[in-house]
Amino acid sequence: MSIQDKVIAIIADQAVLEPSDVTMDSTLEDLGIDSLGLVESIFAIEEEFDISIPFNANDPGASDFDISSVAAIVAGIEKLMAESKELSGRGT
Amino acid sequence: MNRVVITGAGTINALGQTVPETLAAMREGRCGIGELEFRDVERLAIRIGGQVRDFDAQGRFNRQQLSLYDRFTQFTLIAAKQAIEQSGLVFSGDLAARSGVVLGTAGGGVSTWDDNYRSVYEDGKNRVHPFVVPKLMNNAAASHVSMEYNLKGPSFTVSTACASSNHAMAQAFAMVRSGMAPAMVTGGSESMLCFGGVKAWEGLRVMSKDACRPFSLGRSGMVQGEGAGIFVFEAFEHARARGAEILCEVIGFAMSSDASDIVMPSKQGAARAMANALDDAGVAHDQVGYINAHGTGTAANDKTECAAVADVFGAHADRLMISSTKSMHGHLIGGTGAVELLACIMALRDGIIAPTIGYEEPDPECALDVVPNEAREAHVEVAITNAFAFGGMNAVLVLRKI
Repeated sequence: MSIQDKVIAIIADQAVLEPSDVTMDSTLEDLGIDSLGLVESIFAIEEEFDISIPFNANDPGASDFDISSVAAIVAGIEKLMAESKELSGRGT
Repeated sequence: MNRVVITGAGTINALGQTVPETLAAMREGRCGIGELEFRDVERLAIRIGGQVRDFDAQGRFNRQQLSLYDRFTQFTLIAAKQAIEQSGLVFSGDLAARSGVVLGTAGGGVSTWDDNYRSVYEDGKNRVHPFVVPKLMNNAAASHVSMEYNLKGPSFTVSTACASSNHAMAQAFAMVRSGMAPAMVTGGSESMLCFGGVKAWEGLRVMSKDACRPFSLGRSGMVQGEGAGIFVFEAFEHARARGAEILCEVIGFAMSSDASDIVMPSKQGAARAMANALDDAGVAHDQVGYINAHGTGTAANDKTECAAVADVFGAHADRLMISSTKSMHGHLIGGTGAVELLACIMALRDGIIAPTIGYEEPDPECALDVVPNEAREAHVEVAITNAFAFGGMNAVLVLRKI
């Protein structure tokens, strides 16, 4: 499964929707995901991709991680995964 | 001052998942204590308890709810649904604004603490689910009841170890009696039957490895249980005006503190709580027909409690009945007074006294009528229910037939 498909699956699960109802342009708000649902989605994504997402629920907009749409989330994850790969490569 | 009555009752515990199932088990003197079943139980020295079995949380709650409801909250919501449905109350408008929920629990979300400590310490994970805190907090159960039933008045959780529920119900009673609230949802819940929960109790060396035998010579200690008991306390005039079925009346309470030892009970503290509760209720001591004992099955509690009863009631102590249903459902710690209140309702409403089962031989230090092993029919006008907690905090309620 691609990163995109996995993210859509996580978000669809959280929104209690079918993955086909979630598009790259969807915002979490469109999908009915509230603030608790957002925190739970972030947790599920961290678990799935083994990354740490810089996200503070006090001010979601202030963090580097863009959650404005599904596409933005996927792009953010790709960036974090690339960084963590680079770091571990450097370490050894 | 309002008269206060109970118009709804609900429970889930080792004896049953409803009030009728639980009362039937008490009538039959059935034991709900058995082998514990959970992860790592083989590393425990104590392997028995009054566990709630055949409990399908997935069938009762959806996934989102389960991510927020610890087992003690699940038990609370199940019992609250039964109690509020039985009462027939629907909370809206002024009734909703003024009615609240006061519950007791000693440990709150113990298994949530346990599971997540295991995950970060033993399994080495560095991340826990975002809802760990709202799931484990002691007031989670009361909060979810308030949200589910639109209870917008005074709501909080009381934590006084084994007296938590009695203290909670005393608060609810005082609020309805004073007119602060027309109705209150009250009671308590506990779920400590997990590896860390039982391991902590093992340390005290007061737990029995075979059975809970309150008042019996050679008793070997307490046995833990789990579950919830929830009630609707309502102003008598409010209940009568809407033609509600009344289970019994709550007529008084008292609280006392031993101010002496963190674990050893005090006869004086227990006696003061009982005597003051009867004063508060305005009933003569010889009107009391039944005492639902704290009766934990430890050497210290049972003899101290019997001595306190003898002091308070004098010659009448030999004529009243006193039993401990912990012998059947185990000690529900912060939820225990709530489940035991059901035995008082059965005594007052149905004229059936729940027995103290597992009773083998009389103990001269517990020389009272402890209703050994078999339930008994009797007409009871007034009953009291005792809870004496670690930390020396005592709460006693007085109930009357209606």
